[in-house]
Amino acid sequence: MKVVNHALPSIDGKGLMMGKPAYSDDLADPTSLIVKVLRSPHPYAKITKIDTSKASALEGVEIVLTYKDFDRRPFTRAGQGYPEPSPHDKFVLDDHVRYIGDEAAAVAAIDLKTAEKALKLIDIEYEVLEPVLDFETAFENKILVHEEPEIHDMFPIGFDPKKNLAAAYHMHVGDVDKSLEESEVIVEESFYTQAQAHVMLEPHTVNARIDYQGRLVIYSSTQTPIHVRRIISQGLDYPLSKIRVIKPRVGGGFGGKQAIHGEMLVSAVTLRTGKPSKMIYTRKEVFESSYSRHPMRFDLRLGAMKDGTLKAIDCWVVSDTGAYGEHALTVFMVAAAKVFPLYNKVDSVRFHGNVVYTNHTPAGAYRGYGAIQGNFALESAIDMLCHKLDVDPVEFRQKNMIKETETSPIFKIMGEGTEGIEMFMESCKLDYCVKRGSELVKWKEKYPRKQISNSKVKAVGMAIAMQGSGIPYIDMAAATIKLNDDGFYNLMIGATDIGQGSDTILAQIAAEALGTTLDKVIVYSSDTDLTPYDTGAYASSTTYVSGNAVLKAGKEMRQMIVDEAAKVFKVEPDEVEYDGIILKSGEQEITLKDLSNRLFYNEDQKQLQITSSYYGTKSPPPFMAGFVEIDLDIETGEVDIIDYVSIVDCGTTINPMLAKGQVEGGIVQGIGMAMYEEVLYSKSGQLITNDMMNYRIPTRREIHNLTTEFADSYEKSGPYGAKSVGEIGIDTPPAALANAIYNAVGVRITTLPITPEKILMAIKELEKGGK
Amino acid sequence: MEIVNYFKAQSVEEAYKKLIENPSNLIIGGGAWLRLSSKIVETAIDLEHVGLNKIVETDSSIEFDASVTLRELEKTEALKKLFGGIVNKGVNGIMGVALRNLATVGGSIFGKYSFSDFITPLLAMNTEVELYKAGRMKLEDFLKFKSKEKDILLKLIVQKEEGLGYYYKMKKTGLDFAVINVAVSLSNSKFKIVVGARPSLAAYALKAMEFINNQKQITKEIIEETVSIAVNELKFGTNSKASKEYRIELAKVYIRRGLNEVTNNEN
Amino acid sequence: MKINVLVNGQKKIYDVLPDEYLLDTLRADHLYSIKRGCDNSSCGVCTVLFDGKPVQSCSMLSMKADGHSITTIEGHQDEAKRLSEHFGHQGADQCGYCNSSLALTVHAMKTEIEKPTEEDIKEYLVGNLCRCTGYEAQHRAIKLCLEEEDEK
Repeated sequence: MKVVNHALPSIDGKGLMMGKPAYSDDLADPTSLIVKVLRSPHPYAKITKIDTSKASALEGVEIVLTYKDFDRRPFTRAGQGYPEPSPHDKFVLDDHVRYIGDEAAAVAAIDLKTAEKALKLIDIEYEVLEPVLDFETAFENKILVHEEPEIHDMFPIGFDPKKNLAAAYHMHVGDVDKSLEESEVIVEESFYTQAQAHVMLEPHTVNARIDYQGRLVIYSSTQTPIHVRRIISQGLDYPLSKIRVIKPRVGGGFGGKQAIHGEMLVSAVTLRTGKPSKMIYTRKEVFESSYSRHPMRFDLRLGAMKDGTLKAIDCWVVSDTGAYGEHALTVFMVAAAKVFPLYNKVDSVRFHGNVVYTNHTPAGAYRGYGAIQGNFALESAIDMLCHKLDVDPVEFRQKNMIKETETSPIFKIMGEGTEGIEMFMESCKLDYCVKRGSELVKWKEKYPRKQISNSKVKAVGMAIAMQGSGIPYIDMAAATIKLNDDGFYNLMIGATDIGQGSDTILAQIAAEALGTTLDKVIVYSSDTDLTPYDTGAYASSTTYVSGNAVLKAGKEMRQMIVDEAAKVFKVEPDEVEYDGIILKSGEQEITLKDLSNRLFYNEDQKQLQITSSYYGTKSPPPFMAGFVEIDLDIETGEVDIIDYVSIVDCGTTINPMLAKGQVEGGIVQGIGMAMYEEVLYSKSGQLITNDMMNYRIPTRREIHNLTTEFADSYEKSGPYGAKSVGEIGIDTPPAALANAIYNAVGVRITTLPITPEKILMAIKELEKGGK
Repeated sequence: MEIVNYFKAQSVEEAYKKLIENPSNLIIGGGAWLRLSSKIVETAIDLEHVGLNKIVETDSSIEFDASVTLRELEKTEALKKLFGGIVNKGVNGIMGVALRNLATVGGSIFGKYSFSDFITPLLAMNTEVELYKAGRMKLEDFLKFKSKEKDILLKLIVQKEEGLGYYYKMKKTGLDFAVINVAVSLSNSKFKIVVGARPSLAAYALKAMEFINNQKQITKEIIEETVSIAVNELKFGTNSKASKEYRIELAKVYIRRGLNEVTNNEN
Repeated sequence: MKINVLVNGQKKIYDVLPDEYLLDTLRADHLYSIKRGCDNSSCGVCTVLFDGKPVQSCSMLSMKADGHSITTIEGHQDEAKRLSEHFGHQGADQCGYCNSSLALTVHAMKTEIEKPTEEDIKEYLVGNLCRCTGYEAQHRAIKLCLEEEDEK
């Protein structure tokens, strides 16, 4: 292949380093009103009085909005396909506030100082209500987070606000209690994962204006422009045809921008004042008032035979979706759907639990999307089983994990929000990944540990993972290719580049299909007026689903060019040879350049343009094996991550360098969740770790070495054999590190993050003769 | 922080006169921590033009004016030669280069920040400060000094003495504040043991120092005893970064490692 | 209050409030390379060069820039172009949001350290966070760029 599977530089990086205006705020109308939100200081309260007269009277204030200014029309903020598997439980503004940071009112003024002053002039009184702050006692708690009569689900998802349930789920294969009875060795443990924050460097930003045709034009730092348009239309009862959403360059998303954030209030301000307006979240607002990862508790039981055969997986989960139910069911399901099939040879599986409402910052989509939480629990428990069985963890995986051509009954039962479809692994190089990874990390030499000094121990740990490639029968993507004079193309795609490089890799696929070079494919993406449909950047759908749409379009355009040349040559299309540059038939030939000019200007003129769509009928999982080497100071619990080895099977890498970047970025985010990113709440429900000084992501000093390789793999159903790769990198570090730490000092940490304090205190417990 | 007026003083006298005009007036150092404060300040006073930006090395000391940035201090070679460069090391661990180009010697000491990675190693050496009103005093006295009147820090004076030093900052990520920091020094056969970010402000383990400084021979057992006295006399606490119990464990380890390093004992 | 600042070699007069931060003043003057990230000097995307030294403009009062020179990446375009090519070739440019401040800090590093090792690079740039790349690709790109510049 000439373009695909080549490490070509991205098509858009240069201008960004040089500082060209490209991000949402760079493109805001300079006369934009500044929109600021009055945020609740209470985790749960009813607004008993709100008087905006003083704020409105302040010079420079254009408009002040409260719940009284909106019809009660519930929607979900989640950026998902319609009808969404998330409850419609949010109003533009409500007379109840449900977490510290929730929106109570909004102000639009000529500048920031005036807006902030106006917020202070809003006369607001709250009846403070007792909040639900412990997700483990939220279910059937006498305090209900949502009592509004108008809220509803779009289809059954286990939504039952009278029990504080945003969603609930149950599945089983076989008889898990029986399998456990028959098992010779059992492991039973509970695991907790925290509400990790995305910490994308660009805070949520949106600006809106009314254009000269009277349409609402929104520039938003979003992952899902199409869903933004639809939700704004629903929430504000404004025609879809009068809304345009444009996604400029985005400074990181990772799922944190897969829902609407400031768009609703900014749109309301612009529609009502007729003036451009904008909102930039402060970093505190990003932490407190956007989204975080769903914190979960897993109660896991594994059953196995002494010969090392895994027989049963039994898992009960409680997930805290916070004050609103975005992504509640889908993240929950992925915690099993994209983890448990790794061990497809078990006799039985049970996965069930609740997604509860609490008065915490809402949880939402975040890279991994449940799989990282599920992976931490399962892969930790598997290692615990290995130790009980006295089996090498690598050997145990090799014996029990899924292999190429195999399937798992879970694929059919569990989709994402709905049922899934049966899938056989046409590409699965997990066995190679495990073998290669253990070689590179020198597992046999180092497992379980080596004493390197009086106070330091070196150890290794590992975990395997899988993810998906889009949601079958739900995620659809489309691509439009237009031929220009001079023989270059425009590629219009809805697919959303949030920095992961989708513009580049989709252009590579197009160039390969068209037989041209990358510089001849000009990409324009994510403008709801000009680009065709795409669900957006989530569910690892871009390479696989959007990629297949682009591939289709490219092939069809290529055929259209051949057909035109055939007309010129007066032959049948199958008599035309075409290498992407020159079309030939016998003695006749014409260059694409000349043909395209002829089609524009000279004869039989027409515009060659094609739009092709694709939706997946399966979601072939990428796989990976992660191996970590650590040095642990046994006197202080400090851990140095020496090397993280990742061997990934994502089929063909459309761009091996960008794919590597996805994996490495994911690994470091996963390491952050595993070791450094602490989420702390005060007793009164205030998020303490609400800025980047208190919430710490990995810096350059934490990462010593990353070794990343790709398996030689090919997925037939994917474009040029590709599967997706955006999320898989994040899944393995929590379990791999927990396992390495156990191997180092014999302590099993079951709550994230694994801090040096937890390690040292556990070592002290062990020394005292504890667990 | 909200600032109503900005005043560029042309001399220290002028600055002080402005400072006492209104209780909310204050001196802006580098301004590195202004964003963390929600105070309303009537007049912020800038010292850029009062000439407090020199580093002066003499035979017996190095003097750092208050407006010298932490980065300039960090790069001072003469300071690196003292006590194994523990002050440079401590300052080097504060955030990143860009913040250290803003933060000043004056601002960093005057604030008496409990998480300070600057104050802890300074206490392990012979250091003094000079204040406009209160005059010159030892750093450890300044940390306890409470005056009714406002003052301006003019300079930091580090005595050039021969000695060995150890400094360790236990932190979670590369940019983070200290969970705890420890400085140990040995000069003229006298030990100093300093523990900061306890979470409270850096302090000497005086009883432990007295104990070890009265020993004729430093053995493994003496070191253990010293460590034990130190963690018993110093107050540790719990905050969002760590628990009291963990800080005590860390203090034990790092004081021991520090004493070992400066006495070259076998581990 | 009026301040005189030399910005990328151009004399500018800004009218600023006493508690206005340089980040806001410069962005209002269309210098979009400087970005808003964390509001409290923890992330580095707002880095500018103040008399040639990197500082975080989100934490520097504009008044302090009076009489001084400020450089942003708009004033080092050739260097940014060279580094961005290396970033492109190493896949180190994902969302790009941290890139311009990083390029500026790399420039400052070159003026302070003659032949920076990988450890020097990590230490000097520790205040410039990145959430997308995992850092490795950036370090490779920076090293190669420095090597290439050395050879010239």
